Amino acid sequence: MIETAKKLLKNGDVNIVIGYSEGSQGRVRPFFARNEEEAENLVYDNRCTQNLAMYVSKKEISKYGKPAIVANIHTLRGIIRLAVENQIKDGDLIALHINDKDEMTVCSTLEEIETHLATVTPQISDEDKVMIEKLDAMSLTERRNFWEKEMENCIKCYACRQACPLCYCTQCTVEVNQPQWIPVEASIDGNLEWHIMRAMHLSGRCISCGQCGDACPVGIPIHLLPMKLSQEVKNIYGSISGMNRSEGCAMATYQPGDKENFIG
Amino acid sequence: MNTQIKILKSANYIKLLQKLFDHKKNIYGPVRQGKRIGYQKINSANELATDFIIPDMSAKSFVFPCIEKLFSFTKDKENVEIQNLNLDNIPEKIIVGIRPCDALGMKSLKAIFGRDPADSIFQTRLERTTFIGYACNQADDYCFCTSINGGPGNTEGSDILLTKTDSGDYIAEIITPKGESIVASAPELFEDGSGLDKQKYLADVPKRFDDSNLENKMKAAFDTNVFDEYAIRCIGCAACAYVCPTCACFDIQDRTKGSKGERIRTWDSCGLKLFTLHTSGHNPRETQGVRWRQRLMHKFSYMPERLEVRGCVGCGRCSRRCPVDMNIAESINIITDENII
Amino acid sequence: MEQNIYLPYRMKIVKITEEAPFVRTFRLEFINPEEGEKFTFKTGQFAEYSVFGEGESTFCIASPHTRKGYVECTFRQAGRVTTALSNLEEGDLIGFRGPYGNIFPIDQWKDKNLVFIAGGIALPPMRSVIWSCLDNRGNYKEITVFYGAKTANDLVYKHELKEWEERPDIKLYTTVDPGGETPDWKGEVGFVPAIVDKFAPTAENTIAIVCGPPVMIKNTFPVLKKLGFADENIYTTLENRMKCGFGKCGRCNVGKTYVCKDGPVFTAAQLAELPNEY
Repeated sequence: MIETAKKLLKNGDVNIVIGYSEGSQGRVRPFFARNEEEAENLVYDNRCTQNLAMYVSKKEISKYGKPAIVANIHTLRGIIRLAVENQIKDGDLIALHINDKDEMTVCSTLEEIETHLATVTPQISDEDKVMIEKLDAMSLTERRNFWEKEMENCIKCYACRQACPLCYCTQCTVEVNQPQWIPVEASIDGNLEWHIMRAMHLSGRCISCGQCGDACPVGIPIHLLPMKLSQEVKNIYGSISGMNRSEGCAMATYQPGDKENFIG
Repeated sequence: MNTQIKILKSANYIKLLQKLFDHKKNIYGPVRQGKRIGYQKINSANELATDFIIPDMSAKSFVFPCIEKLFSFTKDKENVEIQNLNLDNIPEKIIVGIRPCDALGMKSLKAIFGRDPADSIFQTRLERTTFIGYACNQADDYCFCTSINGGPGNTEGSDILLTKTDSGDYIAEIITPKGESIVASAPELFEDGSGLDKQKYLADVPKRFDDSNLENKMKAAFDTNVFDEYAIRCIGCAACAYVCPTCACFDIQDRTKGSKGERIRTWDSCGLKLFTLHTSGHNPRETQGVRWRQRLMHKFSYMPERLEVRGCVGCGRCSRRCPVDMNIAESINIITDENII
Repeated sequence: MEQNIYLPYRMKIVKITEEAPFVRTFRLEFINPEEGEKFTFKTGQFAEYSVFGEGESTFCIASPHTRKGYVECTFRQAGRVTTALSNLEEGDLIGFRGPYGNIFPIDQWKDKNLVFIAGGIALPPMRSVIWSCLDNRGNYKEITVFYGAKTANDLVYKHELKEWEERPDIKLYTTVDPGGETPDWKGEVGFVPAIVDKFAPTAENTIAIVCGPPVMIKNTFPVLKKLGFADENIYTTLENRMKCGFGKCGRCNVGKTYVCKDGPVFTAAQLAELPNEY
C-alpha cells in the first residue's frame, strides 16, 4: 500500500492520500500523506475501521487536489453513496481497497468499486445485530424509555454528524434558527428530536458503517437508529445503500408500485 | 488554612458517607453503568465505583451545568414580567471521588466566571459544593497532569483529598474550612495522620512536554502552520470542549412554553464553525486549523495572560474522547519542540 | 446577594423609524424610571437587545450620551432575533442589557478636526459620536462626515443627513455605489475609500473615525495613511459575534483581545497588533 501510495503521489496521479497512521495508545488515526515521505507513515490493519469517506467533502482536504483514499468496505460504500447523491463523480478519487486477505485493489473508477462491492454481502456486527433485536423486542414505551435514558447522556457535540460521510449538508437543520426546528441546548426532548431528525434524513441513505456510534464521546449507540431504518428500507423497497450507483434514492423516489402499508 | 493530615480507615469512610446521607446531604460520586462511568447522585456508598481512572465527563457541570437557567419570564400581549433567579434555591452538594485534575479545573472556571463582572450564579454553585477528592493511584497514557503543574496528588480545588493506601485505608488531607466542617460532622472517624506520606501511593504520570516558557512558545507558533497541520484530521465537533473540565464557552438562548419562558446559557465550543459566524456570512475563524489554534491559544496563552491561570489541567479527556485521535499533549509537544518552530 | 449579570432592563419601544429596507431605529425608554435615572453610558458602547422568547442580539447604542432619558438602536433584519424585533410595534417591550465595552475618547479630541467615515449599516455607532460632538460643538474644530451605501435607498438616518447637510458647522459627503443612484441623486457616486481620497481631508490635527464592513475598513485605512493620518489617530469599532457582552462566553476574542471588554473601539495602531481574526 505504501509503495502504491508513493507511486500515485510521485506520478502526480493524486495530490493527497487519505489513510491511517499510528495514533495514541495503540489507536490508529486518520492520516494525510501529501508526499512520498509522509506516505511512509501509512498503516493498514484490522484497527482501521473508521470510514474515511467523510474527508472527501472537507475543504481542508479537498484544497490539496485529487485524493487517493485507503478504503475499507465502509469507505467504499460511502464513496458510492456520495456518487449516487452527486457529491463526487467518476475520476474524482482513487480508492485503495484492502480485503480480509490483505490483498489490495486499486480502484480508479467508480465502476471498479461497484464491481468489487458486488462480491461482498453487507453485514453489520453481531453486537449491533443483538442490540437491534433487543430493541425490536421492546414495547413502544420500553423503547422510548431506552432512548430517553440514552439522551440524558447526549451533550450535543455533533461528533455523530461530523463523523458521518453522508452528513455533508453545508447547513444542517440544527443550524437553522428561522424557525428554530430543534433547540440549541442539549435537553432530552431536543436531543431526541435531533437524533430522530438525523436518522430520518439518513433513512435509505445510511450505509450502516456505524461511524456515528463510534464517534460518540459518551457511548450512545446512536448508529442503531439509522441502521435500523436502513433495514426497514431494505425490507420495504429492497434497496441497499452504497452498493451501486443505480440504487437511486428509495425515500426520495416515488414508484407506482410502492407499498402503502405504513398508512393507517 | 494549613492542611491537616488524618487517617480515615476504609470502614470509617463508609460510616462517614452514611452519616452524611443521614444528614440528608446531596452526595454525588462516580458510578459505573455498563461501559460508562459518570458522576451521579448516590444514596449509598455501595454505588460508588472503586476501580477507575477518571469519570467520562468532568465535574464542571456541578458548577457550570450544560443548561443553566439565568432567569424566567412570563409574557403576554401587553407585558413581560421577569422573575429573577433565586440563588437561595441552589442546593448544597458534596462531590466525592473527584480527581485532582477536575478539582484543579475549578480554579480555571473561577477565574473566568469570577472576573469582573462576577457571575453570581456560578459563584453560588461553587460556594455550595464541597469536593472530597480521590488522589490518583492509576493513570493512562492520556493523563498529563504533571506536565502542567498538576499531579496525581494535587490538592488544589479539593476540600478533602483522600489517598488510598495499600491497606485500603485513606490518608485524608483536610484542605479547606469546608473540608473541616465535613470532619466536624464526624470527628471520631478521623485519626491523627501527621507525618504520613501519600507519595508512594500515587500513580506515576510521566511528563509529556516541557511547559517552561510555554506561553511564549505558543505565541511564537501563532503564525506558523503547526495548528493547520495538526488539525488536518479534526472533524470540527465539540466533544473535546464538552468533556473538558475548564472549557467554559457558552451560548445564550431563550426557551418558551406557552406564555412562560426562560433565558438559559448552554455549553458551546470554539471548535464548531457556527461559533464565530457573523450573520453576514463572514467568519473570523474560517477553517478548522484556525479553530484548533484558538482552542490551544486560549488555554495556554490567552488565559495565562489575562487570568493568570491555564485553561488545561492535563486530564486527557479531550484526547481520550476524540473520534479522530486529536491529542492535545502531542500537539503541545510539537509546538514546544524548538526544532519545528 | 450579588446582582444577576444576565438580567436585562425592560424597555418600551416609544418610537419606530423606518430607515431603509429592513433597517429600523427603535427609541427605547425604561419601564422602571428609577433604572432610567441611574443608567449612564458613553458613546461607543454597545448592548444586548432581546425579544423574550427569541433571544438576544448585539448592537451599538446609536443615540448620543448627551441625550438623556432614552436610548436608540438601529438594526438590520437578518437573524432570528432581529426578525423578531422587526415584528414589534410601538408600545411593545424588549429587554436591554448593557452598556458594555469601551468608548470613543471624545474628551481627548478637543480642539481637533474630526473626520467620520461610514459605510452602510455602520453609521449607527458613528451617529452616536457625531451627535455627542455636535451637542458640544464648541469643543471641536471642523467636523466632516463621509457616508456611503449601496444605493440611495440604503442610506440610514435620511432626515438627519438632511439636517447635517443644511447645518453650516458640519460638512457631509454622501455617496452610493456605482449603479445605486436614483435619477435625482445629488451626492457622489463611488465607493467610500475613493470618495475620501477625492476630497482628501487634512490629516493635520485631525482624528478619523471609520466604521463599515471589513472590506471598506481595509480599503479606507491605506487612503487615510496616504493622506498622512497616523495609526493612533484612526479609530474604528469592531463587531465580532458576541453573546454575553462581558468577556465570558468566549466568542469575540481576536487573539488575546476581547472585543467586548477591550473594545469595541480600537485605533488602527491597536488593530495592527491584532491577528487577522476579525
